[in-house]
Amino acid sequence: MSRLRSGADASARVLLPLAFAVAALLAWEVFVRARDIPPFLLPAPSAIFEALRANTPQVASAARTSGANALVGLVVGSVLGVLAAVVAARSRLLREALLPLSAAASAMPIVALAPLFNTMFTSTSDVPRRLVVTIVVFFPVFVNAVRGLSQVQPVHADLLHSYAVSGWAFTRTVRLPGALPHVFTGLRLASSLAVIAAVVAEYFGGLQTGLGSRITSAASSSAYPRAWAYVTAACLLGLAFYTATLLLERLATPWQTRPQR
Amino acid sequence: MSTSTARTADASGTREPAVSVRGVSQRFDTGRGSVQALQDVDLEIARGEFVSLIGPSGCGKSTLLRIVADLVEPTAGEVRINGKSAHQARLDHDYGIAFQSAGLLEWRTVARNVELPLGLHGAGRAERRARVEELLALVGLSEFASARPSELSGGMQQRVAIARALAENPSLLLMDEPFGALDEMTRERMQAELLRISAESSTSVLFVTHSIAEAVYLSDRVVVMSARPGRIADVVDIGLGRHETAEAGADVREAPAFFDRVTRVRAALRGGPGGHPGVDDR
Amino acid sequence: MTDAALATMAATSPSTSASASTATPARRSREGVRRTATVLGAALLLVLLWELYKAVGPQDGGTVLGARVLPRARDASMPHVLDVLRTLRDPEVAAAGSRTVGAAVLLSAWFTLKVSLLGALLGAAIGFLLAVAMQRLRVVEHGLLPWVLLSQTVPLIALAPLVTGWGGNLHLGSAQWQPWMSVVVVSAYLAFCPVAVGALRGLQSPAPAAVELFASYAASWWRTLLRLRLPAAVPFLLPAFRLAAAAAVIGAIVAEISTGTRGGIGRLILEYAQQATSQPARVYAAVGGAALLGLVASGLVTLLDVAVLRRGARA
Repeated sequence: MSRLRSGADASARVLLPLAFAVAALLAWEVFVRARDIPPFLLPAPSAIFEALRANTPQVASAARTSGANALVGLVVGSVLGVLAAVVAARSRLLREALLPLSAAASAMPIVALAPLFNTMFTSTSDVPRRLVVTIVVFFPVFVNAVRGLSQVQPVHADLLHSYAVSGWAFTRTVRLPGALPHVFTGLRLASSLAVIAAVVAEYFGGLQTGLGSRITSAASSSAYPRAWAYVTAACLLGLAFYTATLLLERLATPWQTRPQR
Repeated sequence: MSTSTARTADASGTREPAVSVRGVSQRFDTGRGSVQALQDVDLEIARGEFVSLIGPSGCGKSTLLRIVADLVEPTAGEVRINGKSAHQARLDHDYGIAFQSAGLLEWRTVARNVELPLGLHGAGRAERRARVEELLALVGLSEFASARPSELSGGMQQRVAIARALAENPSLLLMDEPFGALDEMTRERMQAELLRISAESSTSVLFVTHSIAEAVYLSDRVVVMSARPGRIADVVDIGLGRHETAEAGADVREAPAFFDRVTRVRAALRGGPGGHPGVDDR
Repeated sequence: MTDAALATMAATSPSTSASASTATPARRSREGVRRTATVLGAALLLVLLWELYKAVGPQDGGTVLGARVLPRARDASMPHVLDVLRTLRDPEVAAAGSRTVGAAVLLSAWFTLKVSLLGALLGAAIGFLLAVAMQRLRVVEHGLLPWVLLSQTVPLIALAPLVTGWGGNLHLGSAQWQPWMSVVVVSAYLAFCPVAVGALRGLQSPAPAAVELFASYAASWWRTLLRLRLPAAVPFLLPAFRLAAAAAVIGAIVAEISTGTRGGIGRLILEYAQQATSQPARVYAAVGGAALLGLVASGLVTLLDVAVLRRGARA
């Protein structure tokens, strides 16, 4: 096993993955050119970059649409998830009903609900895609928030009891701030799921204005470098959402030394 | 500047004892039958007195402390604090409490942690700020007012917890092995600090510990308990002139009188039917 | 990021409930009955709410605070629950000898299950091997793990339509590349990530003291792997497999739609969705089949846990 000295370790942690990525990209480029791989199989990185450059306005517009869908779903789903958790924390019945449901929901392909929503709402509505994202976001946020709200350290409970404090003052002072790191754990997970759901929901039909539909249409017209360009945009969007959530977490829970697992 | 006589038990009876425990029994019903955690415990702590509870695991010392704090209701018996019921004393915030783990709220700064009871009980911002400054100076952590608990060592966190326990100037301090998680050197430093602080504030203290040396160093009286069922086996008067030892800064732990008291406590512990497992008698 | 997902798993899985470890078998079965009853009650409540909305809701949808968020309550958009159940017996097409809708749903679900399982197994195997490689070689871990973690935050499932192009143009030796193989690839990729991350965490989980103990026995890396790291990794593998199963199912369904693979439930959902104006209840039946598929896959992981992993951990 190679040993990296602690000083070099930190920079290695950043440089190594970058080095791997650069090496992989180069190898990819060389491989495609050398073996004359047809684009339907694997376009060269240079071709993808070129397609991105040539189609920037369309890519940006599609990204904006998918981004908006993901954002609306993320916000609504998280708010609902936290509210439901606050209620569930006090009601054992609700907890026992919703937690197994959440486990089941995480096993099911929620994006498959997209065609159902397309029939329930008009075909020109934003709502089906946003609703899919909302549901996908709700469950992880709910589960993690319930976990956070139920975990009060016994010493804190004793302390507040010794102060003759209970009820809302107790919740405000101890339960809610203690739950915040857990809520963000759920939110981090949900932010990536939101983008994935927003993109994939379009594969099932409905309004075709986002990245998902562009990918399928480019692929079906055999414009593979363009299709990959849209995929790259989708990946960047996912990354942006995840990073934004990380930043928000840092701001809201400055006392956390590392992200809550 | 008071002398050691003020520290011994108030025999005149003109003032109510700080804590009065009469006939307290506690039984816990577990899945496997019931456990008599405490049986018929009588104890009195005079004002300004420092009393330690020591005994093997299962002797009920922590349970007794929690009963005095009204965190647990006894199956029988009565507890009075400053003449009121324990329940009323808790509602009136008559005591400050410190646990083995500091229990600081990680999301608050040190200053905000110390002012926790003040804020919860409706003190204004200016009042809180002034009091926090006082308290942090008392425990020697003034420069750390805006630090977070995660940045502090265990000893420092406990000092914050003690400052917090003193926030409302309680006449009674309840402490459940607050130094148990610390290393020996830090522990000895903290013991000296606690003596100094409780002397300056003239607080009565009920202190639970595993360590004979700690009990002898800190207390006016050491209450030795035995297990199964939990009860008071013996009470050892220390009478080392506690106030003087803290002031003089002498190395009391080396004095012959100290060893004498330690021996007495150890004998009391061994003499009991519970034996002495779980007691640190170094 | 998988830590968050694993945490979500842990919070909802029955094995973490306090009662599971300390309760007697009788108590546990009572808890189980109670839990099943609550879930069934919740499902019934959902059905009631559905029908209630249909009874009182706006036929053409409505607005709440200006946003068109109320669905259309008409039968064509929101079929009655009973209608959905009844449609299972209808013949799929008007021709004689056509299979019923119910049979179509079940057969398609079965097809997709097979494909997802294959993908999940493949992905899990590769993920596990990569985890072992990452544990063995720090260089590999530092270079690759960030990318594996990153790939979970980004929608690489978006690549599914691109895999379509492989069909019909690729040859594996003498056999031609079938569309379902693309589905397996997509499934496998989605399953690979959580297993790689979870397995690595598990392999790295033994305390340094335990690792040093093995070193003091002059145990080789391989021995340490077999006797220390693998058993330690088992509790981490279960939630990872659960995630992998769910991911494989979603990947399979999405890939089926993109590749147009016949026989799978993804394709069936799309077909029925296109018939939704004339036969609204069918697409609901198909989606119900997909949901069932997910649950079955998750159930298989639970079986694996009970039958193999837990026993292995005890041994």
